[in-house]
Amino acid sequence: MLPKMLPKEYRTISGLSGPLMMVENTTDVRYDELVEIELVNGEKRRGRVLEIESTRALVQVFEGTSGIDVEGTKARFLGGVLTLPVARDILGRVFNGRGEPIDGGANLIPDKKLDINGVPMNPYSRDFPSEFIQTGISTIDGLNPMVRGQKLPIFSASGLPHNRMAAQIARQATVIGEAGGEGHEDFAVVFAAMGITFEEASFFMEDFRRTGALQRTALYINLADDPAIERITTPRIALTAAEYLAFECDMHVVVILTDLTNYCEALREISAARKEVPGRRGYPGYLYTDLATMYERAGRLKGKSGSITQIPILTMPEDDKTHPIPDLTGYITEGQIILSRALHRKGIYPPVDVLPSLSRLKDKGIGKDRTREDHADLMNQLFAAYARGKEAKELAVILGEGALTEEDKAFAAFSGVFEDKYIRQGEYENRTVEETLELGWELLTLIPTKELKRIRDAYIDKYLKPKLAKADSAGSKS
Amino acid sequence: MPNERQIQGIIERISGPLVVAKGMLGASMYDVVHIGEIGLIGEIVELKEDTASIQAYEETSGLKPGEPVICLGEPLSVELGPGIIEQFYDGIQRPLELIEKAAKSHFISRGINVPAIDRSKKWKFEPKVKAGDIVEEGDVLGVVQETIIVEHRIMAPRGVKGTVKSIQGGERTVEETVAVIDDKGTQHEVRMLQRWPVRTPRPVARRLPPNVPMSTGQRVVDAFFPIALGGTACVPGPFGSGKTVIQHQFAKWAQAQIVVYVGCGERGNEMTDVLLEFPELEDPQSGHPLMKRTTLIANTSNMPVAAREASIYTAVTLAEYYRDMGYSVALMADSTSRWAEALREMSGRLEEMPGEEGYPAYLGTRLASFYERAGRCIIKGKGDREGSISIIGAVSPPGGDLSEPVTQNTLRVTKVFWGLDANLAYQRHFPAINWLSSYSLYTETLDEYWNDRFDDEWSGLRVEAMSLLEEEDQLREVVRLVGIDALSKEERMVLETAKSLREDFLHQNAFHEVDTYASMDKQFRMLKTIVRFHHAGMDALKKGAPMNELFNLPVREQIARMRYLEEKQIDQIDKLEETIKEQINGLASGGALLGSAAFKGGEQNVA
Repeated sequence: MLPKMLPKEYRTISGLSGPLMMVENTTDVRYDELVEIELVNGEKRRGRVLEIESTRALVQVFEGTSGIDVEGTKARFLGGVLTLPVARDILGRVFNGRGEPIDGGANLIPDKKLDINGVPMNPYSRDFPSEFIQTGISTIDGLNPMVRGQKLPIFSASGLPHNRMAAQIARQATVIGEAGGEGHEDFAVVFAAMGITFEEASFFMEDFRRTGALQRTALYINLADDPAIERITTPRIALTAAEYLAFECDMHVVVILTDLTNYCEALREISAARKEVPGRRGYPGYLYTDLATMYERAGRLKGKSGSITQIPILTMPEDDKTHPIPDLTGYITEGQIILSRALHRKGIYPPVDVLPSLSRLKDKGIGKDRTREDHADLMNQLFAAYARGKEAKELAVILGEGALTEEDKAFAAFSGVFEDKYIRQGEYENRTVEETLELGWELLTLIPTKELKRIRDAYIDKYLKPKLAKADSAGSKS
Repeated sequence: MPNERQIQGIIERISGPLVVAKGMLGASMYDVVHIGEIGLIGEIVELKEDTASIQAYEETSGLKPGEPVICLGEPLSVELGPGIIEQFYDGIQRPLELIEKAAKSHFISRGINVPAIDRSKKWKFEPKVKAGDIVEEGDVLGVVQETIIVEHRIMAPRGVKGTVKSIQGGERTVEETVAVIDDKGTQHEVRMLQRWPVRTPRPVARRLPPNVPMSTGQRVVDAFFPIALGGTACVPGPFGSGKTVIQHQFAKWAQAQIVVYVGCGERGNEMTDVLLEFPELEDPQSGHPLMKRTTLIANTSNMPVAAREASIYTAVTLAEYYRDMGYSVALMADSTSRWAEALREMSGRLEEMPGEEGYPAYLGTRLASFYERAGRCIIKGKGDREGSISIIGAVSPPGGDLSEPVTQNTLRVTKVFWGLDANLAYQRHFPAINWLSSYSLYTETLDEYWNDRFDDEWSGLRVEAMSLLEEEDQLREVVRLVGIDALSKEERMVLETAKSLREDFLHQNAFHEVDTYASMDKQFRMLKTIVRFHHAGMDALKKGAPMNELFNLPVREQIARMRYLEEKQIDQIDKLEETIKEQINGLASGGALLGSAAFKGGEQNVA
């Protein structure tokens, strides 16, 4: 993007503060330019220009400023923005948060070098995501269906099994009609870890290796003990790689970003160092825009067969959904899967909190010719029934079972069975969407038919009545 | 065109979307500039002696101090003329389709300059005045058929009045002269293409009170919290409560002749959705695709922040232009919070003293002046013609907390408040508009209008239904404390009716092909039927009818299915009244009906 020129070297560092470095007497330095910093001991670090004021440049150092001095350290302005070398061979490899291989393998022969900040997709050129992805998890497929090109985050909290769930999705995700989910050649996973522990990172690596998913996965890993500022670039590097795979190699890419909370904290650190006016809870006012520049890189494009589906994972501080990180994420992403500590305590995996979870693109991916005609109605009914059941249960806690009407008792019973049969499933249990739908209808037999107001009569006749008849005849036999 | 007083300065400082340039003496506030060698578009937002602070509408990466800044000597303006409808613009009125062509990419590259209105397309201009006529500002000189349903009226531009010297019809491009007007010797050449600065409201002759309803086909809105033509409304709600779906529903079904939809800092996929769906959907009034009356403006959340600030003004100026032709225009802004955040970001970079939560102190005035551009009015020009702009703004309060500054400042100026409720959304009760906290200041004025149409019955029904819902809320509190058995039969009836109101009337499925839209005729009949059942039921209970059997009457299932009746079948709803009478009378006379085959739903319940 930027014209190439000879690197300019300066020894005029005048100040350091947190991750920031001030360089004086600069000429021809460009905004956003990449900077190479050479320490006295020969160590090289990288940074980018955050602000220029005539002859002073403010540089953000990715690897932190410890060890940099104002006397001997040299800053070299490289004339271009931070780019990532990409090639199809990134699949099966492990990189650090700066995009350098750390798996001991051969160096990458780049096909292209891409600006890691990307360019906004033209909304006119987007194609609407509508291909249903079967994840094999009922609470997602049945109630919050995901489609290719969607960005659907998992809102979790410390101590909840979000990593296991993300790994399960990455393992099982397939598009129905694609010959039973085989033929994975055009399917890839890009995994970006930001500030997670070695243990968590190795869980994913192990899981990918064991299930053979590793050769279609590219991992970019910034561990908890890696420089925090590097976390700003890690997700952008991963998304640049994903864009290359999706739109140049025509692959369907699932990007897993974990943990966004660490990313936002790094952003706050830089903002504080720059002494910016803080927004809520000390996070910068532009947190929304900044997150959007990453999340919006998911999608499909007209005339391209590839797609980018994003599953960002974030841990909600104190399980608080109104905390700025989950809050702003929820405003940008197309829904959210929320995990519940209460369900987790009951021993239910995956502990998806069904009611506040949502997939905004659900209506586009389901229905006739996609999943099944009755999917939307059934989904709405299950939601409504579960909500009513939970309400009835709460009431019963205060007043006792006796205070409930007959219908409410039925709904309360339904909600219990629903959690046990529908939400709960095995970590390696891969339910097809038909199995999920049938399970839903089966559970609805527990409720009086006239209460099923969200479902069209035709579907009740077609899908529920046979089940009722079966249940009746079975009942009369016993 | 406006190049006579071109001023050239040089870049001094760059910080994100803020560029500071020196040597800008002579430039004015809000003038448009071209920044750097690649010519990014920006706008001057602060002047100190010869130093100008500029907000750049494009990504500034790669700029360096010393690069030129050229001031065009003209404020940020939009181009007005035929070809706006059916367009899909970015925040500063560049057609996104042309950007794609110019960039030869699916991604938006920088420094692209494309015309907002096609210069080469020829339109058939049909004069409406003739040589010798005396015209004034705002008068229609001629018309062009812009789309199958929109007649584009070419008006005498601002400050142009006098005698028509010449005017010719026929095929013209927007830049060709269509008429010459002689104002005491000064010749004004009128072209179809006109320009208007976005931050200046277009003048009107006089304002009118908002006493005509704008129906939206959404029952909870039209029946309980209606908006008037020329009114303002806000929809605040936490994420996932359905703001965007409601905005889309309004854009689809609102009874407006022109719809301007601005996606401000929202998702790219949502705009794509509108773009793909609207050409397919049929406008219930004209029978033609909705896109034929719609123009879209998108500045998605990943597009440059400053252009997001401009997008709202671009949208409202386009809306005003169509209002001045005498149309009723509906403007949907999703979401004004993102616009306010863009203000905050620029204000922070300008190092202004922050107000509440870091928002600039002028947030309230900016919001108010935006919403004030709505209204029903007599437009400029002869003949007392009427036009209106109704603004519906979505607000995205952080954490769903309505006490934050954007919501509070918006509530001060808008007249309708549709409060979205996360709990209703969890129960998948959509639209999740909370009927207890929402309000509309137009309700009383509009009651008169509907009473005229519905035999003076409307306001009575509305008030009764509302009070039933209020009563339900209190009764539910009682039930929560002491259980349902503590309620009298009459109170149980209130609960049943309120439930029916909620589930059979207020709940509306935007994705159901019939339920998505309900005409006022249908809404009136539905509401009347539910309230009639309540009256008849109350009477029957007083006469000792058995409560459970009353609640399980088969007609109630028919009531629940009213919403799925198509518009041409709504007379079936009228017939329900008879059915209600019959079945309830059946109850009173000993419940003979209960054994009949017509009774199906209840058996489940007994078992």
